Amino acid sequence: MRATVNQGRRHFLKVGAATGGGLVIGFHLPVVAGAAEQAAGPAKLNAYVKVGTDNRVTFVCGQVEMGQGVHNGLAMLVAEELEVDLRNVRIEQGGIDPAFGNPRYIGFKAVGGFQATGGSSSIRNFGTKVRHAGAAARFMLISAGAERMQVLRSECVAENGQVVHKPSGRKVSYGAVANDAARQVAPDQPALKQPSEFRIIGKATPRQDIPLKVTGRAVYGLDVKRPGMLTATVARCPVFGGKVRSFNAEQALKVPGVKKVVQISSGVAVVADSFWAAKKGREALQVTWDEGPMAKVSSPDMYRNWAELAKSSAAAERLKTGDVGAALAGAAKRVEAAYEMPFLAHACMEPMNATAHFKGDSCEIWAPTQAQSWNQHAVAQATGLPPKAITINTTYLGGGFGRRLESDYAVEAAETSRAAGNVPVKVVWTREDDIQHDFYRPASHNLLQAALGADGMPTAWRHRIVGTSILHYFKTFGHFLRKDGHDPTSTQGAGDYFPYDIPNVLVDYINNNPGVPSGFWRSVGNTQNGFILESFVDELAHAAGKDPYQYRRQLFNKPHAARLRGVLDLAAEKAGWGKPLPAGVHRGIAAHFAYGGYCAQVAEVSVARDGRVKVHRVVAAIDSGWVVNPGTVAAQIESGIYYGMNATLYGEITLRNGRVEQANFDSYKMARMDEMPKVEVHILEGKGDQGGAGEPGTPPIAPAVCNAIFAATGKRIRKLPVKPEMLRA
Amino acid sequence: MATTVNLNVNGRARKVSVADPQTPLLWVLRENFGLTGTKFGCGTALCGACTVHVNGEPVRSCNLEVSQAAGKRITTIEGLSRDGSHPVQRAWVAEQVPQCGYCQSGQIMSAVALLAKNKSPSDAEIEKAMLGHICACGTYNRVRKAIHAAAATMRKGA
Repeated sequence: MRATVNQGRRHFLKVGAATGGGLVIGFHLPVVAGAAEQAAGPAKLNAYVKVGTDNRVTFVCGQVEMGQGVHNGLAMLVAEELEVDLRNVRIEQGGIDPAFGNPRYIGFKAVGGFQATGGSSSIRNFGTKVRHAGAAARFMLISAGAERMQVLRSECVAENGQVVHKPSGRKVSYGAVANDAARQVAPDQPALKQPSEFRIIGKATPRQDIPLKVTGRAVYGLDVKRPGMLTATVARCPVFGGKVRSFNAEQALKVPGVKKVVQISSGVAVVADSFWAAKKGREALQVTWDEGPMAKVSSPDMYRNWAELAKSSAAAERLKTGDVGAALAGAAKRVEAAYEMPFLAHACMEPMNATAHFKGDSCEIWAPTQAQSWNQHAVAQATGLPPKAITINTTYLGGGFGRRLESDYAVEAAETSRAAGNVPVKVVWTREDDIQHDFYRPASHNLLQAALGADGMPTAWRHRIVGTSILHYFKTFGHFLRKDGHDPTSTQGAGDYFPYDIPNVLVDYINNNPGVPSGFWRSVGNTQNGFILESFVDELAHAAGKDPYQYRRQLFNKPHAARLRGVLDLAAEKAGWGKPLPAGVHRGIAAHFAYGGYCAQVAEVSVARDGRVKVHRVVAAIDSGWVVNPGTVAAQIESGIYYGMNATLYGEITLRNGRVEQANFDSYKMARMDEMPKVEVHILEGKGDQGGAGEPGTPPIAPAVCNAIFAATGKRIRKLPVKPEMLRA
Repeated sequence: MATTVNLNVNGRARKVSVADPQTPLLWVLRENFGLTGTKFGCGTALCGACTVHVNGEPVRSCNLEVSQAAGKRITTIEGLSRDGSHPVQRAWVAEQVPQCGYCQSGQIMSAVALLAKNKSPSDAEIEKAMLGHICACGTYNRVRKAIHAAAATMRKGA
């Protein structure tokens, strides 16, 4: 692509001609410190949309596809504005480019703007930009088409990949005028289509990646092939924070196929000509570990310590209104409870992996990653190369859920490739590696207190959170930490958005982590706090002798909670709240706001005499504002419910002597088809701000199920996961 | 001391030389034959991502030594159809089953094996046949629906 010919101002639009002919629409970045130096110079055009002389439209997507449907969702927006059939838009995964920096993460100066996919942010943050690219291309193609036909521009429209002169019916294809269009003046503010004109947006639209995924043709990280590539497994210290003291590779090197055994920062890599040889070699390898202080830490110690700390007075305040102390002291009725949340693994179906080719002065990575920029930065730090010498090629992701926002897999691959003599190496994690060397959803101890007034409604709410922190562990994000140690991800969903109308509130936080890697997990702090808030409110409703749905309705009466009340009402109505159920089946309700989406769920649950819980049906209502692909929104809520249900019924990572006790799907269990409830998703397309869809479905399911368990058994679940022994009759 | 194993993969006779005859079939398919549609998920036959057909039966290829597959008919996702035209694949597209898609090759192979034996499976029969599979995106309801739809199409002889 050659230099900019002209540019519009809005969104720093750039227009140019493609090397092989055709029109290219790209963007300048708003200036971010550190980002400019990473751009490859002024001549480079960061393409979003290309229209070829062969009529082919290409959408280059900087966001990654991990099942959430964002490639297709953003391509729908391009196709809509460009007036082409979505099937004619080829989606290409973009590499690292400042133009793809996710505005959600701007401010990460250290990494020069942050290209990442997470936080249910893609459609919200890139939707308008992508539409402008499509609309600008349409505008210029119409201008070029009118010139070619020598007719008035105002009499021409774009239709199905052609410029049509309405009065005469004459047509010219986009491809025929794509070169001319590249010489047109870019519109300052390309007019976007009105909703009444939408052909594609708002309709459940089949995804382009699905045909690839039913034929085995989709390429995930583990499917990457490079000439001369070797495969490695890494022996890592079973204790977090442990280091290699010494190793003996003699037996490992005797395994046929093993080429090299090399030390890297995360352990010892066994490099072989096949996965099986690398695995067998690792089994034969002898490593002596310096296990470090975590070798003395087990889960029960942590929870005991946190329960003690919860009584301390030194905590970072997150939300404070009124006078909680006075309100609690003078209350007619008080309710108190402690809630405990476990560490959780991500268990992406595709185990962690990455392929790297370190070439001395550059390094190329192929990875299923959610965070290209951070991968680049981390590999630069590990290798000493400048970031621009590191190329990240993103494959399809066999699940992400926040795990792939980390960069450990990319660093391991780069270091192994270098240590093995600058050969391409794929580092493959076994399932056991994946479960035992994750960055876990934080665990916590929570102290809850409430005062109820004479009418049964709460007059005070006190929530203290003690536990591990993502940002304390993940130093790069440290600038988001407050000076008093408050981690906003730990109080997310507890204090940043507090839906209840309660006059006296205090939410505070104490970080304590002996060294367990902590990371982002679908919906982050909301997974814990959504459960705690919506379970404790249920406790209050029962203490007040009120219907849990009506009690919440009353508490959601402030304007900022109106949308939450909207979905609560819709879920209750669609679930038939208050209507009879089959014998033994009980309902629970919960609503939570996360990542811009308001979601309520009603769960229908039965509890067998042996304590086993069966979730029969879940009715969900979601308000994420303006919807691009309702099919995808429904799929994301279904998937969020499933992911949260696993955490409700099974998910738990425990430590013994600093080692994770779970290893594979037998000990880290996930629900199978017979346990999947019927799921109904109702989309409430309100006029409010556009929100996310990937994360809001996850938080409400645990409280909805546990509130139903209370309705069924009178037993209140305050510690996840729910175990049959908690509920045996 | 490499061992040579003769296999029949997707209707084609193939010969492979492996250093360790205990190498699971999965890795031979993926690394030696480049058939990467079959996935590695757990390595211990717990998740079903690696499911292929051996003589028509759904088998976890991560747990089957390649020497045990010698002389048997092996079908992978790539062998179902060249273009995704198998009724089960078409049903999977129609129901928009996959999200991340990583487990779906295995799920499809189990579904195809089920429908070869049972033209009209009940929900319970589908669940029984699919219990070996884990999908972290939770697509189970769509899988069940797609199997019913594919069964209906296949009964009509399409």
